[in-house]
Amino acid sequence: MTTEVGSESNVKKEAEKAPEVQQQTNQPDKPDPASAEQTQEESPSTEAESGQEAAASPEPSSPPPAAGGQKKEKGISRFLPPWLKRQKSQSQDKPSESSVPPKQESVEAVKEEQEETSQPKEEADGGGAGTASTEQTEEVKEVREESTAEEVQPEEKETEEEKSIGSADTQPVREEKEGESEVKQEKEETTKEEEQVIPHEASVLSALKVNKKMKMVVCHVTLLDGSQFSCEVEKRAKGHYLFFQVCEQLNLLEKDYFGLSFKDNAEQRCWLDPTKEIKRQIRNSQWQFAFSVKFYPPDPSQLTEDITRYLLCLQLRQDIASGRLPCSFVTHALLGSYTLQAELGDHDPEEHRLDYISDFQFAPNQTKELEEKVVELHKSHRGMTPAQSDAQFLENAKKLSMYGVDLHHAKDSEGVDIMLGVCANGLLIYKDRLRINRFAWPKILKISYKRSNFYIKIRPGEAEQFESTVGFKLPNHRAAKRVWKVCVEHHTFFRLVSPEQPTKTKFLTLGSKFRYSGRTQAQTRQASTLIDRPTPYFQRTSSKRISRSLDGAPVVNVSDYSQAAGAGENGPALELSSDSKSPQVEVMEKPNADAATSISSETAFETDGAGAPERKDLDKTQEDVLKHQASISELKRSFMEATPDPRPSQWDKRLTGSPATSLRLQAQGVPQKTPPCPETDIRDASKSAEVKPEVNGQPEVIEVMEETVVIEEVIKAKPKSPAPEASFTAETECAAEVKEERSLSSDSESEEEAEYHAQPPSTSISTQQIKEEPEEEQEAVLTQQAPPSGVESQPITEAAEPGPAAEEEKAAQPHEKERTDEPLATPDEAPNGHALQAEAPPTLRTAAAEKEEPHIVNGSASRVETEHLPQVICYSEPPVVKTEMVTISDTFAAQKTEISTKEVPIVHTETKTITYEAAQLDGNGDGEPGVLMTAQTITSESLCTTTTTHITKTLKGGLSETRIEKRIVITGDSDIDHDQALAQAIKEAKEQHPDMSVTRVVVHKETELAEDED
Amino acid sequence: MAGLMSGFGSFTHAVVRAVSQSLAKEALRTDSLEVDLLKAQEEHDEYVSVLKHRLGLEVVELPADEALPDCVFVEDAAVVCGDTALITRPGAESRRKETEAMKAALTELGLNIVEMTDESATLDGGDVLFTGREFFVGLSKRTNQRGAEILADAFKDYTVSTVPIQDRLHLKSFCSMAGPDLIAIGSSEAAQKALKIMQQMSDHKYDKLTLPDDLAANCVYMNLPGKGDVLLHCTPEEFPESAKVFEMLKDHMLIPVSNHEKVKVDGALTCCSVLINKKKNI
Repeated sequence: MTTEVGSESNVKKEAEKAPEVQQQTNQPDKPDPASAEQTQEESPSTEAESGQEAAASPEPSSPPPAAGGQKKEKGISRFLPPWLKRQKSQSQDKPSESSVPPKQESVEAVKEEQEETSQPKEEADGGGAGTASTEQTEEVKEVREESTAEEVQPEEKETEEEKSIGSADTQPVREEKEGESEVKQEKEETTKEEEQVIPHEASVLSALKVNKKMKMVVCHVTLLDGSQFSCEVEKRAKGHYLFFQVCEQLNLLEKDYFGLSFKDNAEQRCWLDPTKEIKRQIRNSQWQFAFSVKFYPPDPSQLTEDITRYLLCLQLRQDIASGRLPCSFVTHALLGSYTLQAELGDHDPEEHRLDYISDFQFAPNQTKELEEKVVELHKSHRGMTPAQSDAQFLENAKKLSMYGVDLHHAKDSEGVDIMLGVCANGLLIYKDRLRINRFAWPKILKISYKRSNFYIKIRPGEAEQFESTVGFKLPNHRAAKRVWKVCVEHHTFFRLVSPEQPTKTKFLTLGSKFRYSGRTQAQTRQASTLIDRPTPYFQRTSSKRISRSLDGAPVVNVSDYSQAAGAGENGPALELSSDSKSPQVEVMEKPNADAATSISSETAFETDGAGAPERKDLDKTQEDVLKHQASISELKRSFMEATPDPRPSQWDKRLTGSPATSLRLQAQGVPQKTPPCPETDIRDASKSAEVKPEVNGQPEVIEVMEETVVIEEVIKAKPKSPAPEASFTAETECAAEVKEERSLSSDSESEEEAEYHAQPPSTSISTQQIKEEPEEEQEAVLTQQAPPSGVESQPITEAAEPGPAAEEEKAAQPHEKERTDEPLATPDEAPNGHALQAEAPPTLRTAAAEKEEPHIVNGSASRVETEHLPQVICYSEPPVVKTEMVTISDTFAAQKTEISTKEVPIVHTETKTITYEAAQLDGNGDGEPGVLMTAQTITSESLCTTTTTHITKTLKGGLSETRIEKRIVITGDSDIDHDQALAQAIKEAKEQHPDMSVTRVVVHKETELAEDED
Repeated sequence: MAGLMSGFGSFTHAVVRAVSQSLAKEALRTDSLEVDLLKAQEEHDEYVSVLKHRLGLEVVELPADEALPDCVFVEDAAVVCGDTALITRPGAESRRKETEAMKAALTELGLNIVEMTDESATLDGGDVLFTGREFFVGLSKRTNQRGAEILADAFKDYTVSTVPIQDRLHLKSFCSMAGPDLIAIGSSEAAQKALKIMQQMSDHKYDKLTLPDDLAANCVYMNLPGKGDVLLHCTPEEFPESAKVFEMLKDHMLIPVSNHEKVKVDGALTCCSVLINKKKNI
C-alpha cells in the first residue's frame, strides 16, 4: 500500500505540474503535502502559498500520505513519465523535512480555501485536461485514505483525533474508522513517523471542515449471511470507504477477495469501484449494496483466516441455492451436510429430527430425498469443527466446474448465443452448458471493447503464425464494458503479481482508463502472512441455531485446523511465482513500462466527456509535443535512466505470455540484458521468442480502423551513436506499448471502448517491423533527431508516410523478396545489421534514400524488412532472446511473408492526415541533405501496434545530426484504442529520446468501412 | 472422505454383453472387413475373464440380442460417473435399442438413471472421455451438441467440453485415460489435433502417453484395491510399437488383451464394458 500511496501523490504532482505551473498555485486541490513541498522548493518566494496548498491539499477523507520520501518517489516513478519524475524527485527529497512545520501552521488558514476549491473540482467533470487533473486528484484522495488506514500508527491516530477534535467538532468518520481498523495491523511501518504525522493532522483538519458541508447518506449493505448493515457515508465518499466500513464490521482482514456490488438500472450487478465516488457509480439507483465474493480463490485452503473461509462458504451457499453454481444431487447433499455440521455441530438424533434442516436451502430445488441424504451425510461428520466443515465444504466446492466463473450472456460472431465465463484462469466460452472454448490468460494478448462488442486478441499457438482476434457481441454497451472490466480485474488479480499502474499521462488518450487497483492475489496472500491476531470469534449467523452450533469449542478447533490448512502459505514466494508465472524479477521492472501505458489510458477517460474525441486528441498531442520539447533535458535524464529497466520487463512480459514458456523464458531473460546494443538484443529476443507476426492478426480482425500518425521529433543534441541506439531500443518498446493502448486521434470515446493488454508484466512480445508496412491501420511516425551538433534532418519521415495506402500494394512484392532474402540472411544479419549501423551505412547518402539506406546498413536481412514489406519480428522477452536470436531469424522471414499476404485484403475507406510540426528546428527539416552517415531501420511490433524506427545520421557542415523517424502503425480493430496507443507511443518515444525534440507529428488515419458497423 | 472427483479409476462392477451372432455380418463398420465371429467371441470371453477373474470385478453379463449386432459394445449405451448413469441415445439408428438392457442392468445396480429422451440428441459413450476431473465429448457422426448438453446436465459437477471429431468414429477411437491425469493419445493428425483442443479447453494439465497407433491408444485404466494401477491394453501382436510404449509404464499392472477381431467393427477395448464404482459413492 505504501508504494501506491506514494505514487498517487506523485500523480497529482504530475497532473498539476505538467499542465502548468501556475495552475498549481491556483489550484488548491493539491492533495499531498509532498506536492506542497515541491511547490515550495520550486517557487521559494511563494512559501506562504505553498503552505496553504499543503494544508488545503489534504482532501476531506484523505489523511496525509504516510509514506516517506523514498516511498513516495517509488510510487511516483511508476506513474510519472520519466521526465516528470526527475523534477519531482529532485524537489521532493529536500523539502519533506524542512517544509513540514510550515505546513502545520498554515493548515488552518488554508482550510477555508480548500473547501471552496473542492467543489470546483467536482464540477469540472466535463472533459479536457482540466477534467483529467481533477480526476487524478480524486484518485489520489482515495489512495491516501487507504494508505492512512494501513500505515497510520496508533499513536499518530490519537494525535490526529485530538487535534481534529480540538480544531473542529466534527470529525470525519471515515478517518477514524479506517485508521482504527487497520492501524493495529501495520504498526511496523513506523518509518518516517514525523512526516506522516504532520500531514495527517493537516489533512484531518481540512477534512473536518469539508465534512461539515458534506451531506451524509445512509448505505444499506446486504451481508453474506443475509443481514443488513447500514452506515452513513458522505455523499461523495468513494467506494472503498464503504467497503472498509463493511469489512470492519465483519472483522475481515483478507478483504481483497471481496467487493461491493449494486444493481444498476437494468438490474445488472455491477461492482462498486473502490476508487470512485459511490454516487457517480450508482447514479440514480438506491444506496443499496451487496457484500460478496469478487474473486473466488482457487484454493481456499490457502486463505489465512477461518473467517475468510466462512464468508466464502456463505457466498457459495448462496451461489448454490440460487443455481448459479450448479451441482449434482450428490454434491448438493455433501455440501449441505458440511453446512449442517458447521452451523449445527454434530448430529443429535434427539434434537435433530428431519425437519431441523428445513431452514436451510441446499439446492435450488430442494427435495425431501435430498434432505434425507444431507442428514445421512451429516451424521458421518461427527466431531468435525465448524472450521473443518467449512474447509471440507470448500475443498469440494472449489472443484465444481462453475466455481468462480462469472458468466455473461453474449453472442459469438455468428450470432449464436453463448456465455462468457470469466474466471481465475482466463476466459471460458460456453454454449449452453458446454464449454466450447477456453482462453487462458497467458493466451490472451489484449482485451478490449467497443460499443457492445468485446474482443480478445489471442496469442498464436505453437503451430500458428498469426494472432487472432475473437469478437463477441454483448447485449449492450454497458454489458460489454462490464465484461471487459471483470476481465481486467480478474487478469490482474490472478495473473499479475502486482497491479498495473493506472495511466498517468494525460497524453492524447481516449477510452476507459479503468484498471484494477487493488491488491493482486499474490499481494493479498503475502499480506495475509502478516496477519497476526488471535483467531477472531465470529458468529455463524446464517443459522438461527448458531448458539448451539458453536457448541463445543468452535474457535479453538478452528484455529488448529486453519493452521494445518494454512501451512502451505508459509512459502508465499513459491506460490506466487507459480501462480502468476511471472517471475518476480519482471515484476520489479514492470512498473516503468506499465506506468507509461497506463497514463495514457487514464487521460482518455477523463477526456471522454467531450464530444469530438478526435480533435481533442490531436490537440492534446500538440500540447504534449510542445511540453515535451520544453523538457527535453528532463527527458534525457529520464531516458538514460529509464531505458534499461523498462524494456526488458516489457519484453519479458509479452513473451512470457505464453503459459508454459513464460517462466523459463524469464529465467533466461534476466541475464540477457545487454545495454550496449539494445537494438540487437531486442531483435534477437523477438525472433527467438515469437516469430508470429502480430501484423498477421489484422486480417482476421473484424473491425478495421486505420489510422496513421506520424510524429517526428527532431532534436539537435548529442546524437552520437550510443545515444541513438539506446533510443532505438526505447522506441521500439514504446511502439509496442503504443500498439497495445491505442490512443490518438481515432474515434474512440472514452467510455465507448477501451483496451487492456492482458500481458502480464512478464510477458511482452513486440515485433519490429520495417517502415513501410501498409497493412496496419494506424501509423504513427515519430521522428526524432538527435544530431550531435548539426541540424539536419532527412526527409525520411515524409517518405515513410506515403506508405499507408501504397504500402499494401507494395507489400505484395516485398513478400517475395523477403522470402528469398531472409532465409539467407537469417541468423546473423538481424543482430548485426542494427548494431552495426554506424559502420555500414556510409554508402547511402541522400535523404531520399532513406528507405533504401536502412536496408543496406542493416544487411541483407534488414533490407528486406525495410522494404515495404512488413516484416514482423516479434520480440518477445528481450532478455531471453539473445541466445536464440539467430535461429529465430528464419521464422521471422516466414512470418513476414505471410503477413504481407494477409494484409492485402484490407480495404481503406477513409483517410485523414494531420501533421503537426514543431517550429523549433528550422533548418533541420527535410530541407538540406547532408551527408548520410548511417541509416538504420528498426521495426517493432506489439499487439496492435507496429513501430518502425528509422534512424539516420547525417553529416552537415561538420555537424552530425541524428534523425529518428518513427512510424507507428496502429492496427485498428475496433477493439483498439487508437488514441491511447498513439499517445502512448508518442510519449514513450519522447521518453526514450530525451535528447531529441519532436519535429513533427503526422497523424494519418485510415478507416476501413467494413463489417464492423455495429 | 468420499468427495468430488476422488478415486479415479476405482471400479467394483462391470457390465458387459455377449457377442451377437449377427456381429460378423451386420455390425456397423467403417472399413468393410471380414470378421471371424468365433475369434471375436473368444476375444470377448478372454476380456470378460480378465475383468472377472484376474481383476475381481463383479461382472454383469447381458445376453446378446441377435437383432442388435453391435450390442457387445456396451460402452456406447451408457455413461456412468459416480452413482449416476446416463442412458444414451446412440447415434446409429440400429443401435438405439441397445440401451434398454443396459438401463435395466444399471437400474438393478442402484444407480441414478438419467435418460436422454430428447429426440434430437444423440450420444455414443465412445465419444465421452472422463478424465476424473472433467468430461470431453467428441462431436462426431454419432454424437451431437444436444447429446453433449444432456450429458452436461446429468453430471453438473463437471466441466463438459466439446471436441470436434473428424475422420474418426469416436473420440475414444484414438484416446483414453491410461492413468490419473494421463491421456493415452494416438499419433495421427486427427488425434493430435483433438489432444490440442482438449489441452486448450482444460484448466488442468494432463500428461500424455503418445502411441504410434491410434487404435492402441484406447486402453482401459483402473485403480483397484490391492492391485494399484491396472491397464488393459493392446497386444504386441496387434501393435508391436505401441505395446512397447505401454510396457514403459512400470508402475502399472499391464494386461495385454487381444482385440484383433472386434477392432474390425470399430470395437476398441473400452467399448466392451461399462465400469461402475458402487462401493462408496457418497
